[in-house]
Amino acid sequence: MLPLDLLFEAVLFGILLGCFYAAVSMGLSVSFGLLDVPHVAHPAVMVLGSYCTYLLTTVGLDPIVAGVLLMPPFFVLGMGAYRLYYEAFEKRGTEAGVRGIAFFFGVALIIEVGLIVAFGVDQRMVEASYIGSSLRFGDVRIPQRTLVVFAVAVAMTVVLTLYFSKTFTGRAIKAVAQDEPALRLMGANPVRIKQWAFGIATAVAALGGAMLIIIGPVEPNMDRLYIGRTFAVVVLAGLGSMTGTIAAGLVLGISESIVLIHPGLGASWAPAVSFALLLLVLGVRPQGLFGR
Amino acid sequence: MRFWIGAAVWIALAAGVAVFAKNEYVFFATYTVLMFVVLATAWNILGGYAGYVNFGTPAFFGLGAYTGAVLYKAFALPLGLQIVAAFVMSGLLGLFAGILTLRLRGIFFAIATIALVVIMETLFINWRYAGGATGLQLLRPAPLWPFQSYITMLFMVMALMVVGAVAIARYIERSWIGRGLRALRDSEDAAECSGVPTLRLKLFACAVSGGLMGAAGAPMPMYLSFIEPASTFNLNYAVGALAGAMIGGTSHWIGPVLGAVLLSSVQQVVTVTISNEINVLVVGVLLVVFVVAAPDGIIGFFRKWLSSK
Amino acid sequence: MALLEINNVSKSFGGFAALTDVSIDIAQGERFGLIGPNGSGKTTLINCVSGTLQNESGSIVFDGADVTRKAAYQRTRGGIARSFQIPRPFFSMSVLENLMVPLGYVVHLNNKNAETEAMNILERMGLADKAGAQSSSLSQVELRKLELARAMAARPRLLISDEAMAGLSGSEVDEVLKILFDLNASGITIIMIEHIMQAVMRFSQRVVCLDAGRIICEAAPAEIVKNPEVQKAYLGA
Repeated sequence: MLPLDLLFEAVLFGILLGCFYAAVSMGLSVSFGLLDVPHVAHPAVMVLGSYCTYLLTTVGLDPIVAGVLLMPPFFVLGMGAYRLYYEAFEKRGTEAGVRGIAFFFGVALIIEVGLIVAFGVDQRMVEASYIGSSLRFGDVRIPQRTLVVFAVAVAMTVVLTLYFSKTFTGRAIKAVAQDEPALRLMGANPVRIKQWAFGIATAVAALGGAMLIIIGPVEPNMDRLYIGRTFAVVVLAGLGSMTGTIAAGLVLGISESIVLIHPGLGASWAPAVSFALLLLVLGVRPQGLFGR
Repeated sequence: MRFWIGAAVWIALAAGVAVFAKNEYVFFATYTVLMFVVLATAWNILGGYAGYVNFGTPAFFGLGAYTGAVLYKAFALPLGLQIVAAFVMSGLLGLFAGILTLRLRGIFFAIATIALVVIMETLFINWRYAGGATGLQLLRPAPLWPFQSYITMLFMVMALMVVGAVAIARYIERSWIGRGLRALRDSEDAAECSGVPTLRLKLFACAVSGGLMGAAGAPMPMYLSFIEPASTFNLNYAVGALAGAMIGGTSHWIGPVLGAVLLSSVQQVVTVTISNEINVLVVGVLLVVFVVAAPDGIIGFFRKWLSSK
Repeated sequence: MALLEINNVSKSFGGFAALTDVSIDIAQGERFGLIGPNGSGKTTLINCVSGTLQNESGSIVFDGADVTRKAAYQRTRGGIARSFQIPRPFFSMSVLENLMVPLGYVVHLNNKNAETEAMNILERMGLADKAGAQSSSLSQVELRKLELARAMAARPRLLISDEAMAGLSGSEVDEVLKILFDLNASGITIIMIEHIMQAVMRFSQRVVCLDAGRIICEAAPAEIVKNPEVQKAYLGA
C-alpha cells in the first residue's frame, strides 16, 4: 500500500482533476446522456473551443471570459449541427443511427485537421494571473488554476441542474429524453427541443474547452485523449444526470491520480484508466450511478 | 466460378509484377493500398454484415503486428508462420473482446472498441521485451526466391492476403451465416425470435474480423523494419478500415475493395502532393459526405445506375 | 400437463413494475386470448415468454422444460414463435427472404426447400405476389401479415400473435382469423393478443385480462366482457 501522505495528495489532486473531467464532460452529458446522440466529436468540439479561447486571449481577454463569450456562437453552431444530424440520421430510423457514429467520427477528424492547418501541430497555451502560481495549504501546494476550474465546474453543474429542473425548456428537454411520444402529444416539437439542447451541449463544450487550455497546453489531436475520459464519466454518471457527472468525474480523477503516483504504474498506464473504468461500468452496472 | 478465375488472374498479375518490375516505390505504395483492402474487408464482416460499427481495427492489427515482431525476435520465425500466429492471436482477442462487449448496443459497443485499442496500446507500451514505448528495431531476413527484394515479397504476400480475406468475406456473405448476420443487423430481436443465435454469430464475425486484421498486421514490422506502439495502435487505421468499407458500400464484398482502393490511393496522392494532414481531412470529408448522402456507398451508385437503364 | 406454464412471473423496468406475479397455464391445442388496456403489460409478458426480455422472478416452463434462462433463439427452436406488435421485418431483405431466415435457422431447410415452403406460406397469407418485393416497400397491413407469416415459418407448436390484426379491414380480419383457426386445427396452440374484441371473442376458448401488470380476470369470452373489473380497466374508473 502507498504511504498515507502520498495517498492523501493523490486523492486531493484527484478531486481537482476529477472536477476538471466533470467540467469537460458536462456537454456530453447533455448531448449523449440526454439526447442519445453518439457524439464522439464532443472532445474535438471542446478542443476547438480551446483554440478559440486562445485566439481571444491574444486580443487581451481573460480565458474564462473568453470561454463564456464563446458560448453563444457555439450554441448556434450546435443547433445547426443537430439539424444536419437529425435530417441525415435520426429521421431515417435506428438502422441509420449507427452510421451517426461514423458521421461524428468524420466530423472529429475534420476539426482535428482544420486545427492543424490553422494553428500547426505545436501546442498552444494561454496566460492569466491564476495560471502558474500555486496556493499553499500546509504541506500541500495546489495550483491556482485547478481551483479556478473547480469553481467553474461546480458553477456549471449548479446552473445546468437548476436549468433542467426549474425552467420550462429545461424540463421539456428532460421530458423529451424520457418520453418523446408523450411530449409530442402535448403539442411540443421534440426536434426543436433537442436542437436547443444540443446547442446548450455545444456551448457547454466551448466553456469546457476554455477550462482545458487553462489547465494546460493543447494540441489538435488532444481530442483522442478525451474520448475515453468523457464517455467514461458520462456512462459512470448515468445517462442524463448532471450531478452524477461530478461524482463520476471525481471517481475517474481519483483513480487516474492514484495510478499516476503508484510506483509500479505511473503515467504510461494512466490513459487506460478511463477506458478500463468504462468497460467495468458497462459490464457491471450499465445504468451508471444515477441513471435514468 | 468467375470469382476464382478473377482471383487467379489477379495472383498471376501480382506475381508477374512482383518478380519483374523494377520501380520499388510502386511496391511501397501498393502495399499500403492492399493492406487497407484487407482491413476494410475484415472490418466489413462485423461492421457491415452484422452492423456493429466499431473503431477496434488498430487493436487487432496492432496485436497481429506485435505477434509477428515478437515471434521473429524470439524464434526468428518465418513470415508465413508469423501471419498464422497473428491470425490466431487476434482472432482470440476478437472472441474475448466480443464476449465482453457484444451485448452492448450501438454507440456503447463502438466506444468499448476504442477502449480496447487504448488498453492494448498501454499493454505494449509497458512491455519491455517488445520494445516498450521506444519500440523495436528488426533486421529483415533475405527474401525468398524468386523475389529480388523483401518489399516485392511483402507485396506478393499482401496480394495473396487480399484474395484470402475477400474469399472468406464472400463465403460468409453468401452463406447462411451471412443471412443470419443481416437478419440480426436489421432487427436483433426479430432475428432471435426467428431462431438466429445472435450472440454466437456476432462472436464468430468478431473473431474472424479480428483474425484477418491481425494477419494484415503481421508483415508490418518487416515492412518498416521497426515497430512501436503509438503508430501501430493509431486510430487512423480504424478510420481507414471503416471509411473504406462505408464509402465502398457495406452490403457486398466488392464494396470494401472499391472503397479501400479509392480511399487509399487518394490518400497516397494527397500525402505526396499536398501534405499528410490534408490526407486525413480528405478521409474525414469523404466519410461524412458518403455517410450522409450515399449510405449505400459506391455500390449504391452502381445499383441506381443499373436500375435506371 | 400444460404446454406453457407461466409461474409467478414479475418484471420491472427500473422502478416501474410492468408485471407482478403473473401465472397462467396454457393447454396443448388451446386458443387463448390475452386482453388489457394499453400499458397493462401484455407485450412485456409475451417478451418474457419468447425470451426477448428476462423476467426477474418466476419461471417459464414450456413442454415440461424450464426455459426461463434460455436465450430467445433457443426457445424459438424449441417451438415458441411470436409476431411483433410493431412489425420488425428484415428491411434489407425481400419478403421471401424474410421467411428464409426462420426456415433456415429453425427448420433447417436448404435454400431450395425453404423457398418452396416460404411460397406456400405466403400464398396462405395472401402475400405471394409480393414475394420478391423489398420488405421495406410493404404497406402497414402487408407488414403485419409478413410478421405472422414469418412466425408461421418457424413451424411452432406455440404461436403468439401480438396485435396482428391492428389496422386490418373487416374482411382482412376474417382472413387472418381463418388462418389462425386452420393453424390451430393442425395442432398449433395459439395465444392471441388483440384489441379487436370481436376477433378475440370469436377465436378464444379462454381469455385473461391484464391491468397494470396483474391478472384481473380469467374466464370464457362470454363472461369476461361482463366482468366489472374488466370494464373498469378499459373504460377507466
